[in-house]
Amino acid sequence: MSSYSTPWILESSDEPTSTGVPHGKLGMWVFLASEVMLFGSLISSYIVLRLGSPLFIVPSHEMLSVPVAFVNTLVLIVSSVTMVLALASIQQDNPKGMIWYLAATIACGLIFLTVKCWEYPHKWHEGITISSGLYGSFYFTMTGLHGIHVLGGVLFNLYILVRGLKGHWSPRRCERVEYAGIYWHFVDLVWVVLFPLLYLL
Amino acid sequence: MEGVAVHPKAGAHETHPELSFVRKYIFSTDHKVIGIQYMITSLLFLLSGFTMMLLMRWQLAYPGHVLPIIGRFLPDTMAPGGVMLPEFYNQLGAMHGTIMVFLGVVPLGVSAFGNFVLPLQIGAKDMAFPFLNMLSYWIFLVGGILMLSSFAMPGGAAQSGWTSYSPLADLAPPGQTMWLIAMTFIITSSLFGAINFITTTMNMRAKGMTWMRLPFFVWCQFVTAILLVLAFPVLQGGAILQLMDRVAKANFFIPANLIFGGVPVEQPGGGNPLLWQHLFWFLAHPEVYVLLLPEFGIVAEVLANGTRKPLFGFKELVISLCSIGVLSFIVWAHHMFLSGMRTDVTKFFTVTTMLISIPSVMVLTCFLLSLRGGSIHFTTPMLFAIAFLPLFGIGGLTGLPLGFTPTDIYLHDTLYVIGHFHYVVVTGSLIALFAGIYYWFPKMFGRRMNVFWGKVHFWVSVIAMNGIFFPMLIQGMAGVLRRQYDPTAQVHNLPSLGLNKVMTWSAILLAVAQIPFILNFFISLFKGEKSTDNPWNATTLDMAACPSPPPHGNFAGDLTVHRGPYEYSVPGHKTDWSPQHVPEDQLTGRMQQQPAQQE
Repeated sequence: MSSYSTPWILESSDEPTSTGVPHGKLGMWVFLASEVMLFGSLISSYIVLRLGSPLFIVPSHEMLSVPVAFVNTLVLIVSSVTMVLALASIQQDNPKGMIWYLAATIACGLIFLTVKCWEYPHKWHEGITISSGLYGSFYFTMTGLHGIHVLGGVLFNLYILVRGLKGHWSPRRCERVEYAGIYWHFVDLVWVVLFPLLYLL
Repeated sequence: MEGVAVHPKAGAHETHPELSFVRKYIFSTDHKVIGIQYMITSLLFLLSGFTMMLLMRWQLAYPGHVLPIIGRFLPDTMAPGGVMLPEFYNQLGAMHGTIMVFLGVVPLGVSAFGNFVLPLQIGAKDMAFPFLNMLSYWIFLVGGILMLSSFAMPGGAAQSGWTSYSPLADLAPPGQTMWLIAMTFIITSSLFGAINFITTTMNMRAKGMTWMRLPFFVWCQFVTAILLVLAFPVLQGGAILQLMDRVAKANFFIPANLIFGGVPVEQPGGGNPLLWQHLFWFLAHPEVYVLLLPEFGIVAEVLANGTRKPLFGFKELVISLCSIGVLSFIVWAHHMFLSGMRTDVTKFFTVTTMLISIPSVMVLTCFLLSLRGGSIHFTTPMLFAIAFLPLFGIGGLTGLPLGFTPTDIYLHDTLYVIGHFHYVVVTGSLIALFAGIYYWFPKMFGRRMNVFWGKVHFWVSVIAMNGIFFPMLIQGMAGVLRRQYDPTAQVHNLPSLGLNKVMTWSAILLAVAQIPFILNFFISLFKGEKSTDNPWNATTLDMAACPSPPPHGNFAGDLTVHRGPYEYSVPGHKTDWSPQHVPEDQLTGRMQQQPAQQE
């Protein structure tokens, strides 16, 4: 009954809360506020140096393999849609649908990471490394940090999937599916900002 | 105190299986145990940071002399023959700042008191995420140990100041990498703590505990947690960039054509060192308020309790607090007036800096007016809380000349700045933290601290603190620069050089003054006079609604809050304190007067 009997990072208890919002959901949004500031600091640093430094040389679109990154962006957007569908399925008491949609979300995340693993050596081949210039420094730091976040999201979704296979979730008990979804949408959103900043502009 | 609060000594959760010693006291998820763990750890870090300062002060008073006692034990890379090396002085300076700010005062004010007191004051059984809370402490401990162990790195600990300005920090010895990694741990820990504080305050208030019935301490912790959530990730971002510069030879803060030690730096550069300063101070200015706001809360609790009357202007205090929180995000560049900035930009930051002084003065004025007409009980915590007012006032007012560009350009990088912020952080925050320790000690451990030795600790500490920091203001106005290893190196320092001896011996006196405190703390832990459940006859739930020390689960049943936090000396009530959770009829009706327990 009490919230400290089972240790879990985002523990949600059944007791009513003062605001009516579950603890885990509130905690997740506060966490995302801090993530916004983290990526915000990197993105504003990027803008400041890109506009202010004469040595900021942007590589050509061919060197950046824009089409591949574009496909990757689509993959992430699709994964956001499947994540929404996964939550909707469990809310409509369709655990099987949730598992399939969740598996699709995880697959999309893994595709994204695989393509990134292909892109990095491609960039090195083109002479763009983290120390070659400001663009490379930003490219690898920002996409690397985002990649770690994608990996975290995949692991979070995997946890939801494994619990789902054991029949853990139900329409009345699916808060953590929602938390995983909130986090996953945020990770996608960051990429939607990074993609034009790093590839298109 | 029958009738006021019914709380059987037995814990509320008798059905729980008895936890093992390790789960109960070491890897505990109970907010009270975590708070006490934080308190003891951060007091130890404060002591280590203070020792480093004593070594530096010896060097400043007696440059080139052998360090007494400790000198013989230091390796040749730090102090050959017992005489401190300049590099070691720089390491001590950087580590003193880092430890005092990130491992001492903030964990003590935010994590220790916040963890212990906040859930009790809002009537919650524990934090919202107890496991995350435990994780926060252990990550903090790892970060702190990494930070201290960086003295063992080749080339010693970080030596680019606690501000770690680039490109100096980008090219410094490996200790700086350790600093960045340790900071990552500390930032993560404080993020977990802040998520917990915000969620707990918003979601776990007892029935009837509306926002304006929250004690001022809870308000302070809540605003502080918001500052931590929004400001710390920016330093994390900066730290990632600096780490990449150092480890992977990235170019973020390396300017073009940089030559270091006569050798051109291999990276192409193009980055901007000023960017680091902006990222750093975007955190570090809100951090100044993180150092201060929880202490405002402690002083408010102690003042209301010690004057036996409501706080003056509770609503104004809350509004000022929130204004400080918002404004603290748009003043950061007043730390950088000397770094080169367009005049219109400096104008903006001068104006915002003057603006933020208004709510700060409002808070202090409300505290001062709270004393008026009160029947002041000069208990040990009350002495510290009263001393906070004028001494923090000196700290705040000496800051005004630093907010104006023309005066700042002369005073910045002199000891005046050091004097100013030590008046804020030591005679402000630290004194308030001592007040908090004396105030909540009976609640934490069920025993009271010795009154006589508490007063000795107070008087000697306050005199010693002024002996350290007031001469700094004088030296600073005479133009003595900060971060200097050898004060005799410049002729204009010589007239005020004698003050260094005053400051050093005052610092030694301050060290001696902590001995009665430490002994008092540990002896009272086992031998102190047994405390009653409400040791200070206070109104807030932490004191009035649970036994001392509170059991696992804190309260015997669900509480209902009936009134505001500081209802002291209410006409018509039988006692001069009206606890928040006691219904009106019990306070006016049959209730026995309990003999006052003030000292």
